[in-house]
Amino acid sequence: MGTHNYNLTEQFEFTGKAKTLSVIAIVIGIAAIAFGFSNHELHERTFANLLLMGYYFACVCMSGAFFLAVQFVAQAGWSAAILRVPQAMAKTLPIAVVILIAIVGLGLYTHNLYHHWNAPGLTDKGAANYDKIIDGKSPFLNVPFFMARQVIFLGVYSFFAVLLSKLSANEDLEGGLNSYRKSFKYSCIFLVIYGFTTPIFAFDTIMSLEAHWFSTMFGWYNFAAMWVSSLATMAIIIILLKKAGYMSFVNNSHLHNLGQFIFGFSIFWTYVWFAQFLLIYYANMPEETVYFYKRFEFYKIWFYLNLALNFLSPVLLLMDRDNKRNENTLLIVSILVLLGHWVDYYQMIMPGAVEEGQNGFGFIEIGTAIGFVGLFTFTVLTALSKKPLVAKNHPFLQESLNHHL
Amino acid sequence: MSNIKYILGSFGDPDEMMHGIEKLQENNIKIHDVYTPMPIHGIEAKLGVKRSRLDIAAFCFGITGTMTMLSFVYYAAAWDWPVNIGGKPHFALPDFIPITFELTILFCAFGLVGSYYASTHLFPGRAPRVMDLRATDDRFIIAIDAKENAEHSKIDGLLKDAGALEVKYNERKYISYE
Repeated sequence: MGTHNYNLTEQFEFTGKAKTLSVIAIVIGIAAIAFGFSNHELHERTFANLLLMGYYFACVCMSGAFFLAVQFVAQAGWSAAILRVPQAMAKTLPIAVVILIAIVGLGLYTHNLYHHWNAPGLTDKGAANYDKIIDGKSPFLNVPFFMARQVIFLGVYSFFAVLLSKLSANEDLEGGLNSYRKSFKYSCIFLVIYGFTTPIFAFDTIMSLEAHWFSTMFGWYNFAAMWVSSLATMAIIIILLKKAGYMSFVNNSHLHNLGQFIFGFSIFWTYVWFAQFLLIYYANMPEETVYFYKRFEFYKIWFYLNLALNFLSPVLLLMDRDNKRNENTLLIVSILVLLGHWVDYYQMIMPGAVEEGQNGFGFIEIGTAIGFVGLFTFTVLTALSKKPLVAKNHPFLQESLNHHL
Repeated sequence: MSNIKYILGSFGDPDEMMHGIEKLQENNIKIHDVYTPMPIHGIEAKLGVKRSRLDIAAFCFGITGTMTMLSFVYYAAAWDWPVNIGGKPHFALPDFIPITFELTILFCAFGLVGSYYASTHLFPGRAPRVMDLRATDDRFIIAIDAKENAEHSKIDGLLKDAGALEVKYNERKYISYE
């Protein structure tokens, strides 16, 4: 154990190239969305893209809060030095939540994004388009209850996310174990709530786009996707900060741990994805296979690309120990995983939300994605620059600074 | 010529033992091996022990399992006795992923237990090779090859200076057979 002379008060300055680039990205995003809304035929597709990126943005941020909670509950020491990054993501969650609720609400009330279950007549016995299945689901899938769930779930996640980052700020000022104990307690409560509600959140936001079809694996499948994409985001932020000269206290062993997380949860994602796919493939029941029929017939490239990016790339590139410890390899794999989960969400959302022939891949998709990446970068880096990069009074900080695998 | 094969420095404290390793290395005395009752952080780097190749072995065993199961399933379900099951192709890959996965794990686990036994010269019923019995209990042992390093009194002095409680001169490499 050596003694270290790290600058524990170092603070990130959000200026220069990062700021310019993120603002340019936001402008591109606004241009893409404006282009989408200027043509009436593209409205549906633009809204589906907004939902995709809004959901992605919120999921990455709330999994940042989940990461914090997991570290507190596990009383993990290795991560103490990097906690400010997920904290910045957690602090951004309220912004992401407002955007997602606005997209879902506007989609519901103005553009009928969820037209599979939300259209006049679907639940009226006499109407021409009466749908018995939807009628049976209507006690759960109706607009007021749906919106209430969205607001309550996302509100509760935001509350805990902000609370955890606030407790860490208090710890900086006061020291002592008080904040840590409180963080532990609130993390336990948060994890229980989060574990039970994220599947329902995924059922609502994404699965109800095709309301006839359902899968009980879907919630965990989405959870795996949001968790691994959040880990990849964290790795990217940390590596880029290191490359910019910050966070000298983050060593290869921290990256190794993050790499293991990304590797492990990519396999977990594949496991859940496959568990859902195999049962439907094997049973071959029409009401279930309709989901994969659409994806296989009209989105075949995306279907395989999804598996290649989210399973093959982490497995092949991160299996080796040295690769997990190498900044550049980890950065590349993290970017591939993030692109992969965009593809994953794309083929979850598009077949249900956009009619055949209206879908596609072009300026709207790329532009909206770039716009949200810019928005994420801008908001998270702004939050990150508000506090020092190390929680200097974290009780496990020494363990983390000396972390060695 | 003496019959001493190995010189063992027996330490009661891991930090003193680490210090002893440093002292010996400073004097260019080659250390045969170090035996400790518990894992000690950073000792591999200090002794220059190469990383274990167990992970490579694990990968090879695993891939053997994968190949075995896939070829067997292909032989059984598509080659030797094709049966139409639910109108699916005879070699319907997704159906066979779980069993392939299981066999990968099985081969990997058994293979690793085997490799572990082979590399440590252990298997059930075999007396373990131990240079000093207390290395499995409460002592930290540095072993030095007495034939390669001739200056026995210097080694003795270095070990004792570093805090060795006892220095042994063994005429046999392993003492645990009797």
